[in-house]
Amino acid sequence: MAKITRRQLLRTGLAAGAMVTATQCARGTPNNPAPGPTVNTNQIKDVTLRFIGTGVSQINEIRQKAEEDLGFKLEMRALSTEENNQIAITQPGQYDVFDGEYFSLPLVVPSGNLQPVDVTRISAFDKIVPIFTTGELYNGAKVNSSQGTAPHRVMFLPDQESTEFAPEPTNWATLIPFQYNADTLGYRPDLVGREITSWGELFNEEFRGKTSILDIPSIGIMDAAMVVEALGLMTFGDKGNMTREELDQITQILIEQKRAGQFRAFWKTFDESVNLMSSGEVVLQSMWSPAVTAVKAQGIECIYAPLKEGYRAWGGGIGLSKNLSGIELDAAYEYINWMLDGWVGAFLGRQGYYSAVPENAKKFMSQAEWDFWYEGKAAAEDMIDPFGTKLESAGAVRDGGSFDDRMGNVVVWNSTMDEQTYLVQKWNEFVAA
Amino acid sequence: MRYATASTSYDYLFHEAVFIDIASHAWKRVQLKNIFIQKIFMFKSWKSVEPYLLVTPQTLVFLLFLVFPIATIFIVSFWEFTGYSMTPGFTLDNYRNIFTSQVSLATYLNTFKFVGLVWFFTLIIGFPVAYFLAFYIDSLRWQIILFLVCTIPFWTSNIIRMISWIPFLGREGLLNKLLIGIGLTQQPIDIFLFSDFAVVLAMVHLYTLFMIVPIFNSLMRIDRNLIAAAEDAGASGFQVFKEVILPLSLPGIAIGSIFVVTLTMGEFVTVRLMSGGQAASVGYLIRNQIGSLQYPLAAANAVILLIVTLAIIFGILRTIDIRKEL
Repeated sequence: MAKITRRQLLRTGLAAGAMVTATQCARGTPNNPAPGPTVNTNQIKDVTLRFIGTGVSQINEIRQKAEEDLGFKLEMRALSTEENNQIAITQPGQYDVFDGEYFSLPLVVPSGNLQPVDVTRISAFDKIVPIFTTGELYNGAKVNSSQGTAPHRVMFLPDQESTEFAPEPTNWATLIPFQYNADTLGYRPDLVGREITSWGELFNEEFRGKTSILDIPSIGIMDAAMVVEALGLMTFGDKGNMTREELDQITQILIEQKRAGQFRAFWKTFDESVNLMSSGEVVLQSMWSPAVTAVKAQGIECIYAPLKEGYRAWGGGIGLSKNLSGIELDAAYEYINWMLDGWVGAFLGRQGYYSAVPENAKKFMSQAEWDFWYEGKAAAEDMIDPFGTKLESAGAVRDGGSFDDRMGNVVVWNSTMDEQTYLVQKWNEFVAA
Repeated sequence: MRYATASTSYDYLFHEAVFIDIASHAWKRVQLKNIFIQKIFMFKSWKSVEPYLLVTPQTLVFLLFLVFPIATIFIVSFWEFTGYSMTPGFTLDNYRNIFTSQVSLATYLNTFKFVGLVWFFTLIIGFPVAYFLAFYIDSLRWQIILFLVCTIPFWTSNIIRMISWIPFLGREGLLNKLLIGIGLTQQPIDIFLFSDFAVVLAMVHLYTLFMIVPIFNSLMRIDRNLIAAAEDAGASGFQVFKEVILPLSLPGIAIGSIFVVTLTMGEFVTVRLMSGGQAASVGYLIRNQIGSLQYPLAAANAVILLIVTLAIIFGILRTIDIRKEL
């Protein structure tokens, strides 16, 4: 009766193997060991932190430098803003560190997939630009009363367990910022032929069929709001949190513009905006700072226009997965401290982004670089981007001027609204119209 | 060895009883039939089980990677969702939303427009190409070489293809420069790029191959004697085509049409890139909804899209018997 066939033996062996593997997984894999009481500092070399983030910051040079300085490994995944949110919300097991934007937080934080960052473990936390903490940059700055998902509104949680935002600073942060910028319209001076000074120009008939807008609802809607407000077509209670009626109205205006042929195309990724601009298909469009530098790097003139109504800004930072603990958590904190230490800030600064701790970034920038990017002074020497491409010749001045001029004039941030579902629905109507 | 609970020991006893029953049955059989017949019987039962065993892996793959995901999509389409999460439940809101919205109606109509145009152009381009390959190229080597030429559109990625259309169709592109150069137009023509025209052009460019291959296949199967016979009976070239070749190539056209229709119905990358994000298709709508985490709504749309596509395929299969081909 107890005759064991070869097949049975195989089957039993496989089942046993599978069981052993399964129990091993429950105990923790080499990449993601289960919490253990022993913390051996040498073990940190075996740690691999898995990042998800948008292509803007998932840069190989940063990873290499971090691995060199910190001794553990980083694994980076560059995603679109949408994919980044999707994974953050629905696949908490796939990442250790979430590199995302502040306007994603009203979607991501309620999922409970992030654990708050203990700010007492962040050495440079007190030096972080106050835009992120109190929301006040300097007296009288427009940014102090800016609308939308401003970072300081979603920066803190009341306690470690909470998934609701705290109105004022606490010791528990959602994201630790490391990059942000003031966005505006970019244009080709050679094809436009004059200076652009208002958001309203995007709907100017002069540029019919030669403009483009960003096809990411949370960002595109804010650009559209800046335009219709500048033209006096609409007023808003709060641009960053529109009502259904306001969304109906603004979508109607956008659809009319689209039907009249105002837009050449919509863009979703950085590369698309660069192609549209450098090919001359579009002469005026909403743009991101590195896209402008990419166009310039091709030898084509492109201006990132300072507009009288002010800027639309965004901010990005690092958040921790709730799955992190023990030695991985320590490694993640080490990374955050390293990130704020200045090398990253200087690296990203050479592309036009600002560092969360400018004084630290300054240590890693030349005086000429600092003067050009932060002070708005004429470049004392050629400006070279982090990848070795020349961006500006000596004598050039940054569009929009100094840090205070640019960030101080932010009036609105990328936003997730209470009526987010309705916004997406209306945005789809606009795209389909 | 009985440290089981009461219920499992009962199960054990039950199994034992069944086993004894089977065993005694088998014993009777051994008594009744001689060893030779029994061997034949065993061989036969293996023969009857064999096909089932052979299809088992395929069936499992099919269940796991096709039936299960579709079932999941179907179930999720009845779930509820908020801005950032979905909750199991049963609501018809998603479907109600789709059927009452002007946007989805317009989007479906736009998708049908693309399907109709792409189908028409792939057919009128694909058929002559297949005809040429089947009747005018005698050497197999040249047929293969020319087939490879047809696959060139697939050698590049979508994004590269999109970028490479710009210098050709764009405002400062070759085509516009040519038209201005020969004086046909003064102003560059905008509708070449980022328009419905561009979308249809790119999809025809991509999908004509899927029309060529099945039509070529059915044309190659036409017995050349039939054509000779028709000619002998006095048919003109056009009559041969109309009465012999076209009817016999219908199964190929049907299969090609199924390919083109299903590919175009679900298309979103080409639509987005070539229209510059300005045209809508159902696939693109679903993609946008997934992008904003509205999974249940996207699932409901996917279910409807699947039903509509299957209905079209069903219609094609009702009109033309493709089994003639197989």
